[in-house]
Amino acid sequence: MERKELLQVKGLETTFFTEDGAIPAVDNIDFSLREGEILGIVGESGCGKSVTSLSIMGLVPSPPGKVTNGEILLEGTDLAKFSDKEMRKIRGKEVAMIFQEPMTSLNPLFTIGNQLTEAILIHNKKWSKKKAEERAIEMMKLVGLPRSEELLKEYPHQLSGGMRQRVMIAMALVCDPKILIADEPTTALDVTIQAQILQLMRDLNKRLNTAVMLITHDLGVVAETCERVVVMYSGQIVEEGPVDLIFKDPQHPYTKGLIQSVPDMRFKKDRLYSIRGNVPKPGSIKQGCRFAARCEWAHERCLQENPTLYQTGEHHKTRCFLVSGKEAHIDDRAIVESK
Amino acid sequence: MLRYIGRRLLQLIPVLLGMTFIVFLIIRAIPGDPAQVILGQQATKEAVAALRASLGLDNPWYIQYFHYLGDLITGDLGESMRTKTPVADELWPYLAATLELSLCAMILAVIIGVNAGIISAWFQNSWFDYAAMIIALIGVSMPIFWLGLMGQWIFGIQLDFLPTSGREDPRNPVNPITSLYLIDTLIQGRFDQFIVVLQHLILPALALATIPMAIIARMTRSSMLEVMRSDYVRTARSKGQKMFFVVYKHALKNAIIPVLTVIGLQTGLLLGGAILTETIFSWPGIGRYIYDAIGFRDYPVIQSGILIVAFIFIMINLVVDILYSIIDPRIKYN
Repeated sequence: MERKELLQVKGLETTFFTEDGAIPAVDNIDFSLREGEILGIVGESGCGKSVTSLSIMGLVPSPPGKVTNGEILLEGTDLAKFSDKEMRKIRGKEVAMIFQEPMTSLNPLFTIGNQLTEAILIHNKKWSKKKAEERAIEMMKLVGLPRSEELLKEYPHQLSGGMRQRVMIAMALVCDPKILIADEPTTALDVTIQAQILQLMRDLNKRLNTAVMLITHDLGVVAETCERVVVMYSGQIVEEGPVDLIFKDPQHPYTKGLIQSVPDMRFKKDRLYSIRGNVPKPGSIKQGCRFAARCEWAHERCLQENPTLYQTGEHHKTRCFLVSGKEAHIDDRAIVESK
Repeated sequence: MLRYIGRRLLQLIPVLLGMTFIVFLIIRAIPGDPAQVILGQQATKEAVAALRASLGLDNPWYIQYFHYLGDLITGDLGESMRTKTPVADELWPYLAATLELSLCAMILAVIIGVNAGIISAWFQNSWFDYAAMIIALIGVSMPIFWLGLMGQWIFGIQLDFLPTSGREDPRNPVNPITSLYLIDTLIQGRFDQFIVVLQHLILPALALATIPMAIIARMTRSSMLEVMRSDYVRTARSKGQKMFFVVYKHALKNAIIPVLTVIGLQTGLLLGGAILTETIFSWPGIGRYIYDAIGFRDYPVIQSGILIVAFIFIMINLVVDILYSIIDPRIKYN
């Protein structure tokens, strides 16, 4: 079933202007988020996942960061061209966001009630405080927070990490946004709570039909939660496709490496697999494929030219010369260069 | 909370007791004899001895100290050796003058200092930030007497629109009720006098406010810069909140606690240490009162004056500590 594209990111480029020069943290990325889907964005830290989400929200720390190119189309309107005043009407209402650290993402000096109703009262100027509180309580029940009336008067430090993340989710969804961006929502939580929060996000996605952009470095989370996944490396998209396809048949050496790095309990290994080397500093690789230095299959061409995203399946794209070279050998897959 | 306040008030007793003891000894270590000062250089030895005996100064120091403590416990601050009036009666108008001046100065310092700090942090590295911080740096390094004299010279003499000394127009004195002239004139409906009193306040209050204002601005800025980078500020923005409310609601409340500490300390310092400003502007405040008493070796006045100033200082700190727990629900005493 083909669903309408809610958010289209086209050629997005976000640059940080530092003393060491302009560093493109996000370099010409394209992807889209469809209505009601859960899209995973995966990559190591520093690959530009968070900057991508902050760019969409218009919250890139500025200075030094700035969206320098590209379009962010929300139902056809380009958010990249919006002023901060116009963006304020989008944030929290159309696109909401939850963050990695529920411990520090809630303001310690305001009650849960105050913080939950804040977004409601910003976007619904005519609502009374009482009405906003009723809506907040309704949301708290929806995200599974017990004794919601009392919680309204409590402070974040009185809550556990899992409860705080539930508050964050309630807070993000309180104005019924079309898109929820979740930036590593479970990273700071312990494993049982992680599972609960992911389950909750899946439920809410089904129930409210909110499209979710789930940013994570954890492939397990992606496998469990998402329908499609975008793999990012050093500010670029290296692979994109449906989750089952990517897990079954990863094309890009980086994705392969990532999947291999996930410990598998079925096989006893002395040493876990890891991709050698480190993520390059953004902007440090000017020529060739950015993954070449760490790639087991890198050859001469990879160091000279930057591969583009090749269409390796109907819904599958990969940025690697290997798949462009493989085109003759793979008969069931039409390989077309996307650009 | 009440138990905490009670405990803090109990802690006051040993602190003040220790303080009276130290002050008592130090002022007696100053060379010079009250009886000699009162009677003058030409007085006979017999007359001086007689006055010493009548003032109780011929007793050993520890006897004098216990007499003083005994009086203090019954609420008697003693009698001025010079004017023979009870210190308790004499003290209040001076204290009121200082309270009025330093509170006005602190209100100025807090309003301007805190806002300058906030705006500097909000627009970090802007021209406002640079200008405010350079002015603040000049402010902290400015000797207060020089600033006072310059203020008098420019606004009092060259431009001639502000009075340079005193609290009131001596030809049209305020009828004191509370001795806080701003309040007295308002109670009595004397708006003409209110304006005059206010005019007298401007220069000394500005001079006195400069250093605390600069310290508060710098403190607010650095505290705000730290808070502005925090996750909850980003959360507030992600809700679509206006930057003004993000800054003045979410960030400021978190940034204000270290600033509050500085405000408390500075208020305490102003109340006790405004002697320079009070001297330059002939302000009849407690600093001048104690300073003059030292000149006359007027032991009871010095002792009681310092005791009151210390008491106020400690009380301000208590209030600041209580404010912490009101602002931050995580701070719990007991």
